[in-house]
Amino acid sequence: MKYETVIGLEVHLQLSTNTKIFCGCANKFGEAPNTLTCPVCLGLPGSLPVVNKKVLEYGIKIGSALNCKINSFVKFDRKNYFYPDCPKDYQISQFDFPIAYDGFVTIPMDDNGEKKITIHRAHLEEDAGKLIHDAQANCSLVDYNRTGTPLVEIVSDPDLRSPQEAYDYLQVLKLTLQYLNVSDCDMEKGSLRCDANISIREQGDTKLGTKTELKNMNSFKAVKVALEYEENRQRQVVEAGDRVVQETRLWDDAKNMTLVMRSKEEAHDYRYFPEPDLVPFIQDEKIIEEIRQSIPELPAQKLERVIKEYQISEYDAKIIIQDACLAGFFENCTKYYKDTKKICNWMNGALLQEINSRKTTITDITLKPEDFSLLIKKVEEGLISNLAGKDVLKFMLDTGKSADVLIEEKGLAQVSDDGALKEIIQQVISENEKVVQQIKEGKDSAAGFLVGQAMKKSKGKANPKKVGELIRQILKGDS
Amino acid sequence: MISDKDVKYIAGLARIHLEDDQVTHLTKDLEGILHYIEKLNKLDVTQVDPTSHVLPLKNVYREDEVKPSLSQEEVLKFSVEQRDGSFKVPKVIE
Ligand SMILES: [Zn+2]
Repeated sequence: MKYETVIGLEVHLQLSTNTKIFCGCANKFGEAPNTLTCPVCLGLPGSLPVVNKKVLEYGIKIGSALNCKINSFVKFDRKNYFYPDCPKDYQISQFDFPIAYDGFVTIPMDDNGEKKITIHRAHLEEDAGKLIHDAQANCSLVDYNRTGTPLVEIVSDPDLRSPQEAYDYLQVLKLTLQYLNVSDCDMEKGSLRCDANISIREQGDTKLGTKTELKNMNSFKAVKVALEYEENRQRQVVEAGDRVVQETRLWDDAKNMTLVMRSKEEAHDYRYFPEPDLVPFIQDEKIIEEIRQSIPELPAQKLERVIKEYQISEYDAKIIIQDACLAGFFENCTKYYKDTKKICNWMNGALLQEINSRKTTITDITLKPEDFSLLIKKVEEGLISNLAGKDVLKFMLDTGKSADVLIEEKGLAQVSDDGALKEIIQQVISENEKVVQQIKEGKDSAAGFLVGQAMKKSKGKANPKKVGELIRQILKGDS
Repeated sequence: MISDKDVKYIAGLARIHLEDDQVTHLTKDLEGILHYIEKLNKLDVTQVDPTSHVLPLKNVYREDEVKPSLSQEEVLKFSVEQRDGSFKVPKVIE
């Protein structure tokens, strides 16, 4: 029997505002435990939450970028549950009037086509505290610093049909969110988290099968592998004549499998009701429009534009647009050097290699587009060799000095001066009479040997192209 | 119809312990409340906007400016037990 896999994803994104969603505590990661809390985020009696204006703005920005409709009427609701990471015993979230709904993102397909994935809704809520489990001491430790960190939960429709599509959707979503500058989107730090709902059904069936919910995946790769595992597991259950049980399963990275989460039956009975401590929001159309206008060019549009405008390959363009700042750097370079293909080669080769090996980013290095362009120009003009160019780039990143200064300081300029080169070549010719004879007899490839010898004599500084030309010229004149 | 079982379930969700005679009593109370709601449900409210808040207020928010937080010492005073700057609680498993 043929089965079809149906997947929907829930992505939680921490917003990089200065403060938490309902109080003025700093929204920071990595501080000493329980040093970023106040009566509001601890849920002490008598305290009152007040919404951070920036959070609403970011929510509208995200919703718009995901092609969503923005709700003009927005309210918050209480989601009730008991767990030590939630000091109020309820989470302030949004139930029936989320900030954004009914949008889509487009993912690439194998056949060069595209597929629209519907964004069901995006709503605002607060994050919970952090629990550390100590198996030995048989206790758990709670740090409430994260409590009240602003979150946007982005819920897709069950439109994804394979773990690969889920992976692609996450890539597209993350890149779009990164362009908005509303979060650092770092899965390792937990600022981007993903839960997945997955079910299978007979091919052609229109009714959804029973789903399981997967949690605890710490990377996009883990999401894909966990979905592949679960897809297989459900198939085996069905083929054995059993039924898939609706449950939450945790991905175990070490064991490479999903395991049933021990939970109580009432876990999903959240008894939502309107948050009485927060009044509703009526969004002004003008403000929504202003925020919409502030959205920068998004990755899909940028990709299309740079290919067209700079005549570069899709392959190169895709690398460049992985980071809005990298794309900006590329575009700036084109103002100083016209050969866009060469800029791509240098950026996507030597420069990215350096950036990656230094574990830094294009924004954190001090390289100026004009300096980088000058370096490429010097190499292309033959002033320095390709290899020397890569060294100069390293020095530039180390010292912040320009290519010009470094070439001079390190004495890396190639000798292209005819007089100086001819002298060296004459020496080489007189020392290698046999080879010269071979060349004269028509074995042109032997010239390479003479070029090598000349390079050696010049300690690598001779311009090899020039040397080759001169050798042929001199030998021709001889015969 | 509200049953004893419903009341016990709701009490469980709210982490409230009820004695048997309290369950009987509350079952009757809840039954009465639901009767009243049923009456309200029969009213024509097509011309009335749903109430999401009792106060005639909207759009109350604050600027994104950091205010001082409590110190770890002050915060941990609320804990029954503590360790390494954190609240220590009985082990919970996800
Ligand atoms: Zn706070």
